Amino acid sequence: MKKSQKSKVKSQKYNLKLKIICFCFIVFPFSFFLFPFCYAQTAVSSTELIERAKELNGQEVLYEGELIGEVMTRGEYSWLNLNDGQNAIGIWAGNNFLNLISFAGDYNHKGDWLQVKGVFSRACQVHGSDLDIHAQSINLIRRGRAVRHKLVPLKPRQAIILSGVFLCLLIGRLLSRKLKKK
Amino acid sequence: MVLKPNLEDLKAIGYYLGKIIIGLGLTMLIPLVWAFIFAEFNPLYDFLIGFLICLILGNALILTCKTDKDLNWVGGMVVVSSSWLAAAVLGAIPFYLSGHWVSFLDCVFDSMSGFATTGLVLVQDLDHIARSVNLWRHLIMFIGGQGVVVVALSFLVRGSAGAFRMYVGEARDEKVLPNVVETARFIWLVSIVYLILGTFALAVVGRYEGMSWANAFFHGACVFMAAFDTGGFAPQSQNILYYHSLAYEVITIVIMILGSLNFKLHYTLWLRRKKEIVTNIETRTFFMTIMLTFFLTAVGLAKLGVYPDALGMFRKGFYHLISGHTGTGYQTIYARQFINEWGALALFSLTIAMALGGCVCSTTGGIKMLRIGVVFKALYNDIKRVMLPEAGVFIEKYHHIKDVVMEGNQVRSAVLIFLCYLGLYALGGVIGMFFGYPALDSLFESTSAAANVGLTCGITQVAMPALLKVVYILQMWIGRLEFMSVFVLIGFFAAFVRGK
Repeated sequence: MKKSQKSKVKSQKYNLKLKIICFCFIVFPFSFFLFPFCYAQTAVSSTELIERAKELNGQEVLYEGELIGEVMTRGEYSWLNLNDGQNAIGIWAGNNFLNLISFAGDYNHKGDWLQVKGVFSRACQVHGSDLDIHAQSINLIRRGRAVRHKLVPLKPRQAIILSGVFLCLLIGRLLSRKLKKK
Repeated sequence: MVLKPNLEDLKAIGYYLGKIIIGLGLTMLIPLVWAFIFAEFNPLYDFLIGFLICLILGNALILTCKTDKDLNWVGGMVVVSSSWLAAAVLGAIPFYLSGHWVSFLDCVFDSMSGFATTGLVLVQDLDHIARSVNLWRHLIMFIGGQGVVVVALSFLVRGSAGAFRMYVGEARDEKVLPNVVETARFIWLVSIVYLILGTFALAVVGRYEGMSWANAFFHGACVFMAAFDTGGFAPQSQNILYYHSLAYEVITIVIMILGSLNFKLHYTLWLRRKKEIVTNIETRTFFMTIMLTFFLTAVGLAKLGVYPDALGMFRKGFYHLISGHTGTGYQTIYARQFINEWGALALFSLTIAMALGGCVCSTTGGIKMLRIGVVFKALYNDIKRVMLPEAGVFIEKYHHIKDVVMEGNQVRSAVLIFLCYLGLYALGGVIGMFFGYPALDSLFESTSAAANVGLTCGITQVAMPALLKVVYILQMWIGRLEFMSVFVLIGFFAAFVRGK
């Protein structure tokens, strides 16, 4: 009895091992096949785009950055310039994406942080060989905001002190002129 | 025997330096008013502080150095060279207070780059900078392009012999009009007429290309000031690439070429003597060197297949060639693309174009066309003389506004400056190599700094060694003043120490 039980357990263990091996053999190749579909594409930086421009030319890339300056509309498309903190890259996007945009970055605004999926060109044939991305999709990652600049309190104080020094000098200059005339 | 400068000499220098510093301070009122109108209060105080420091320093110098003695040649040169250093340091104050630069050295770098109309930048987060600070960046290019001393001559200094000596010291040995103050005012007149026309043209194009009217005018004025004064600063971090516009690029090409022409040539054109463009030795040399260097650049780019079509070759190859040759430094590609994509031949020919520069008595830097023309004409004439019979009488002439008989001292002076520039380019290149940068890269960047161009292949950045920043500052300063006044300043100090 004991022997038969032992052999049963053994065969069960053997079957389990076999199942795991089979699972591995089936699932791993399948997972490799699924990889391109499941893989969450990571964004490339502007420096990477510039440094690896030849390699990435014509490929679909994911790029994100802050919208800076101004949206420049040209017919049915617009130019957006996105700065990722290293460089700004020009994005050629359809006007249908413009409703996502609220703020463009400048002195008074922090621009919207946008993620763009599109085709990268080292020397775009459509746009006079500019290095750019033709957007296929755009996502808003973070909405921008208006920036309020607080006055640094030290600056008015410094200006007052300097004004005092300047006035003293001016009086000195006037006095020296009067003395010379006498 | 070298004579030691006496107290009166020092007083005359200090007096004129004080006036120039006050003139510089007064120019800060323009961005100050701008900051007030657009409620940029921190920059408003930055400019107020800068303005007050200039007035205090200038008035203190005038008060302590009050003299009736006029400047001699040495004094005039010393005033010019030291006023450019003072302008770079004082002009950097609003930059430093704005917080967009990492150190004061970086501020002085950008300030000198602006005044010397170079265009190399170390500014951080330019896309979020206050408009008044951005205006100041471009305004210092406009001032530097005309000349810091020209500004003072136009408004603050009477037309004395000392005024002429300062004018010459600022690398402008040609008077457009008989009086030096009238010449300075004419230079301003030309620049302001072009400023109005150029800003309007760029604003209209900017609007057409999708910008708002306000932005189109602001960018138009800034880009014009930097293009006409062959400077190279731009309101956005992408430089001219920001606009993605062929029309914008074509207009800036025209402005850059106008800025690189001799003011005397502008004057003859205003007098409707259009033939001068074709007959002048400078314009002829300029045309030939553009063609030659563009041919080499185009061959280099075509060989590597960098740009797919003729439009790309024009917008990237020709644009950068003109930008480099005129000493402007506007870019429509990223700095590293020069190194990664352009290849050695195209980069080398662009470096040559940068080294040559534009016309004398213009806003450009570099060796300059008149000198190149004279040197090559002298070489050609020497060869011709050997070929002709020994008894033949041979008069050597060239046309520059009028027919000029070529003399030995003109050729000597042109060759000397030519060699000085080559030495300056090489020196910066060697120092760049010392810091570990590749030979071609460091020679490119050094030439760009010394010829006041501003194109960069990526060496100029905040992380570069501080000593290299100082070297580039000195190169920009020496290159802009064309050596003589800087040599005189060094000689002045030597005379002070060793003179009797």
